[in-house]
Amino acid sequence: MVNDPLIRVRDLVQHIGGQAILRGLDLDLFPGETLVLLGKSGGGKSVFLRHLIGLMRPISGSIVFEGQEITGLKERELEPMRRKIGMLFQDGALFDSMNVFHNVAFPLRERGESDPDVVREKVARSLAMVNMTGHDHKMPVNLSGGMRKRVALARAIISPPDVILYDEPTAGLDPIVSDSINRLIRRLQRELNATSLVVTHDMTSCNHIADRVALLHEGKIYFLGTPHELRASHDPVIRDFVHGRSGETVY
Amino acid sequence: MQAFPMLSRMFEATLASLGAITMLVGETFSSIARGRIRVGLTVRQVAEIGFGSQLVVVVTGAFTGAVFTAQAYFQFSNLNMETAVGPVVALSMFRELGPVLTGLMVAGRVGAAMSAEIGTMKVTQQIDALRALAVSPVDYLVVPRTLAMLVSMPLLVVECVGLGILGSYYVGVEVLNIPGVYFLANIQKFSEASDIVMSLVKGFVFGGLIVFISCREGLRAKDGAVGVGRATTATVVTCSLAILIANFFLTMALNIIFPAGQW
Repeated sequence: MVNDPLIRVRDLVQHIGGQAILRGLDLDLFPGETLVLLGKSGGGKSVFLRHLIGLMRPISGSIVFEGQEITGLKERELEPMRRKIGMLFQDGALFDSMNVFHNVAFPLRERGESDPDVVREKVARSLAMVNMTGHDHKMPVNLSGGMRKRVALARAIISPPDVILYDEPTAGLDPIVSDSINRLIRRLQRELNATSLVVTHDMTSCNHIADRVALLHEGKIYFLGTPHELRASHDPVIRDFVHGRSGETVY
Repeated sequence: MQAFPMLSRMFEATLASLGAITMLVGETFSSIARGRIRVGLTVRQVAEIGFGSQLVVVVTGAFTGAVFTAQAYFQFSNLNMETAVGPVVALSMFRELGPVLTGLMVAGRVGAAMSAEIGTMKVTQQIDALRALAVSPVDYLVVPRTLAMLVSMPLLVVECVGLGILGSYYVGVEVLNIPGVYFLANIQKFSEASDIVMSLVKGFVFGGLIVFISCREGLRAKDGAVGVGRATTATVVTCSLAILIANFFLTMALNIIFPAGQW
């Protein structure tokens, strides 16, 4: 990784409800890579992701996107940066008053695309990429969890982003649907050449998609390396996480 | 002695809410001034607020005019002043009852719905999704509702007042046998264009209060379904109180510009 990082995070601190969630987190995300951020549930992974797109502001620390410090930007000033980032929310966050077609078409229309033929064609292409062709007229309430995530992904990639942030893309899905989401992430990375940051606690997903892995532990990056290095580690914290052990002594 | 800290906290919370609503008002009008207006969404909101409120406004106006006429007649007939019923009802409807009752009904019907809709979007991360897609929630959600409300409310007030006077005419002339010619002549004699202007101004101000309080409560909703319920209740209560309090100050202020009883 000789390039400058696309996103550089330094000494990020965040407290929620009086509890320290991020305690000086440092991380670099390089162009074209897929970085998987592992960590316990409730450990601050999603909170960290929300900082990267300006949905939360840190107490202190720095986030630099393409050379620009974003932590001090106002809501309107964040919009150009947000147009370059696609985000997949944990539950999809589809607009429940719109059907699948209008959800996916939303970013295009908001960016001024008014030609219905162009919108139709791009929506069809985007839905095809996530294997959701033919579901255009369904409402989000009528979709399964996996389908909602696919549609949300189609919405996130319809205006091809430079960076895609995935918040727990396989959480709550069965192993088969999880596998198809993992393949989809890999495929999107290949076809869109996008930089990806995937927040998860799913080791199968991590092994499948990661170029590099970071482990968030007690508000800091505890480990950063390749999936192979992670699996080979003898550190007890890492081994407990990789092997799914609670670390509690059993008498 | 424990009352003081509690009052102090309530005062601070009220000031914070007023500050947040003022910021929202500023941001909304700044967006409107910069032309960030979605015409389609605004038209849809006009239909939702204006057309959707027809039943409540018609019933409220007509029956308030009717019952007010009956009560006024019962009192005035003892003094042989039956023909004064028309102007009393008309002026009350124009200056007070029309705007206030319309405001309260719209706060209950539209304000609560706005707050619940935006609140649900907030707690299900749909507002975050808007922001992540580089769409300002103020531009997308608040601006269309504000424009629609500011257009619809004055018209709804006029409709409420008109139906109040019609209801009054029907009960006064057709049911209670007040001479129709005197009834109408006295309404014309004692009502002025300034009374209609007062109605419109109050409708406009109450519309602004409803839309900004509702959107603010929706945008700050949290804690899932309970939070949305709380936001909806807070919207109806706050809007109702704000309308009643603002009405007093508006009456006093507008009476300086349009003094009552200067025929």
